[in-house]
Amino acid sequence: MTAQPHYSGGFQNAPVQAAHAFRAAMTVMARPGEIRELNGSRPPNPLSTAAGTLLLTLCDPETKVHLAGAINTDAVREWLTFHTGAPLAQAADADFAVGRWAELGSLGTYRIGTAEYPDRSATLIVECDELQQAGAELSGPGIKGTAQLFLPDIPALQANAALYPLGCDFFFTCGNRVAALPRSTRISMET
Amino acid sequence: MNEYNFAYLDEQTKRMIRRAILKGLAVPGYQVPFASREMPMPYGWGTGGVQVSAATLMPEDTLKVIDQGADDTTNAVSIRKFFENTAGVETTEETEKATIIQTRHRIPEAKLREDQIIVYQVPIPEPLRFLEPRETETRKMHSLEEYGLMHVKLYEDISQHGAISTAYAYPVKVSDRYVMDPSPIPKFDNPKLEMDAIQLFGAGREQRIYAVPPHTKVVSLDFEDYPFEATKAAHPCDLCGSDDSYLDEVIMDDAGNRMFVCSDTDFCRSRRKAGHKGRLAEENAA
Amino acid sequence: MYVAVKGGEKAIENAHAWLAEERRGAPDIAELSIAQIREQLSLAVNRVMAEGSLYDPDLAALAIKQARGDLIEAIFLIRAYRTTLPRLGYSNPVKTDEMACDRRISATFKDAPGGQVLGPTFDYTHRLLDFKLAAEGEVPVAPTLQPRTEATPHITEFLKGEDIIQDEPASDATPGDLTREPMEFPSNRPLRLQSLTRGDEGFVLGMAYSTQRGYARNHAFVGELRIGKLAVEMDIPELGFAIDIGEIELTECETVNQFKGSKTEPPQFTRGYGLVFGQSERKSIAMALVDRALRWEELGEDNLGAPAQDEEFVLSHADNIQATGFLEHIKLPHYVDFQSELELVRKLRREAEERIKPKEAAE
Repeated sequence: MTAQPHYSGGFQNAPVQAAHAFRAAMTVMARPGEIRELNGSRPPNPLSTAAGTLLLTLCDPETKVHLAGAINTDAVREWLTFHTGAPLAQAADADFAVGRWAELGSLGTYRIGTAEYPDRSATLIVECDELQQAGAELSGPGIKGTAQLFLPDIPALQANAALYPLGCDFFFTCGNRVAALPRSTRISMET
Repeated sequence: MNEYNFAYLDEQTKRMIRRAILKGLAVPGYQVPFASREMPMPYGWGTGGVQVSAATLMPEDTLKVIDQGADDTTNAVSIRKFFENTAGVETTEETEKATIIQTRHRIPEAKLREDQIIVYQVPIPEPLRFLEPRETETRKMHSLEEYGLMHVKLYEDISQHGAISTAYAYPVKVSDRYVMDPSPIPKFDNPKLEMDAIQLFGAGREQRIYAVPPHTKVVSLDFEDYPFEATKAAHPCDLCGSDDSYLDEVIMDDAGNRMFVCSDTDFCRSRRKAGHKGRLAEENAA
Repeated sequence: MYVAVKGGEKAIENAHAWLAEERRGAPDIAELSIAQIREQLSLAVNRVMAEGSLYDPDLAALAIKQARGDLIEAIFLIRAYRTTLPRLGYSNPVKTDEMACDRRISATFKDAPGGQVLGPTFDYTHRLLDFKLAAEGEVPVAPTLQPRTEATPHITEFLKGEDIIQDEPASDATPGDLTREPMEFPSNRPLRLQSLTRGDEGFVLGMAYSTQRGYARNHAFVGELRIGKLAVEMDIPELGFAIDIGEIELTECETVNQFKGSKTEPPQFTRGYGLVFGQSERKSIAMALVDRALRWEELGEDNLGAPAQDEEFVLSHADNIQATGFLEHIKLPHYVDFQSELELVRKLRREAEERIKPKEAAE
């Protein structure tokens, strides 16, 4: 029997795998610049293991997901719907958005929260070709002194940080690795 | 308790809590509303902390639960038992060995490490609540960063009593933005809020989660001429001799004699084990 | 010599063992069965189902037995169990005009289609202890009639024709869910009604009573009170139609309230609504009064500053499981907070004495 590809690749043991994945996600969100591994899912191409695992860990029928650009394929859509039940949405309505930086489009499209509820903002999962601790210099909550992280677009992310306490939050995924950038992080060009 | 999911909560509930924790970490000190579930223990007894711990625990974790600094207070025992039964995790009384520490009213004396997480049980998460009972109003104040009311309250204390009369749950400003209730820890513990570990706060009945990432600036509110002071009883511990730990006062006899002992039982025990002795240590050695 | 308090675990186990013994009571007295509680303490069972938000008479009876008759404790047991249940789907809204009424009364019309049916009510009993029940509870069989088979229309429907009662426009919008989303203020009517129907009967009663005594009085008449059984239907997508999944007993109260009109609304009657699991008459009437009081804004009435008009106050304090948990938590140890207060008061006293002393010396 050959299983439909989009029905496979979910968590084998959801409570334990999701717990591991969440701890990695939480650690990188709490410590901008750090990189962790995220395993547990085998999503259809071109979705990375890390991005797929984040979606399985955080999304369900209560979260709207926007699939941007090349990852918005039948296979990814079916896989996501089958494993999470998350409704698909336009960028402006999304709780989570996944895609490559260029395909995610202008940050201005995404929800940044409201003054009274800054938590009601989108979390963007940015698929990257590289993930390394070099590039932009980060400082702020979660960072002892400064940290370095390669960022796809420093001016746009600086503008997002300037909205604080509003703004989007980011995961950067590459293969099975993940880093994060919350809106609270101050960003400068590495000197 | 095999009929329940790992760490009791169902996966959908955990996801909802996990999303709130991530937003809390992204906006340090801001209270994220979450759909707190009814737990098999009463509201006000740590249901917020228990839900946050349950959503954070991995099977490999070693959990420590303290109440008033002690591992053997009844509610700490009860919560520890709950996680032993529902998550099958190892538990410890040693701060050093714990990966997750759930606490009520204290921060351990030992410096927490990068790889540790501390989860606070919070009764009333809103630092402005006793100045303004309405959520609609306090939410507005936070959004406008309008904390004048809090300063007025603290200043009135000074003019009436010559000192700020808040001894626990002393308000702090997190990362220069949100005024936050650090839960009812004694103000002695406030300086420890800038730490290496991840700090998560759960208020079950009030449906709020908030967080302080490691190395985040946390400032206790004060005035230039009345700087914040982390105070404790002016005694050393009568068992281990420590003069820089927070102390419980214990009434020993009908004559009202007192002794002072570390509220952090693990800290006190490890000091005694290392040979430190307090005023009444000899008697206790038996 | 000081010995630290130890052995919390043993103490807890022993306390539980003692509790179990006390629950059972004298072993030579026959043990209560769940069926006995369900059948003979049915109004307690109804209250536990209503405030526990779970319609299951046997489980409610079990909870009452386990809680030694402490209904709030029983409600807590049911709530904690309820949250662990998976959500398999959502039923269709019940159609209360199709209710098979055991009781149906109106205080506004002497008679109306469907008639006045007293049903099994305490209303006209003289509250005299019936010592016969102390010996045995066997009762003669009550007389029966052929029940109505046709639907019983709502009394307020008869007022609608004249446009003399405020219309309640139908909506297909999915209401929010109090148990799945954090409460946010300002709220809305579906959430208010959810909060009230599972709110503490005593609290809702007290709030309703306060409106009658002048704290945002809303001149309520019981337009209709009905108690009876109803089928619960659920759409099954695979079948393409709805099927009966069970039957529940409900109490529904609709009040008709005087309304002088406001800046935005012409004078007409307005309504309050109460719907509660089981035979829960007091609760449903109280719910309707509080619902009506909370509608001041939508009707353009003045905020009189009355507690029952204050949505945040009512909704934040109606839940007895939240209330009892927080109330009772103050018996947990607070050594640390108390110690910090103790030190502070000592310090403030010392400083005050120092301020007073030099003054006295100078005098």
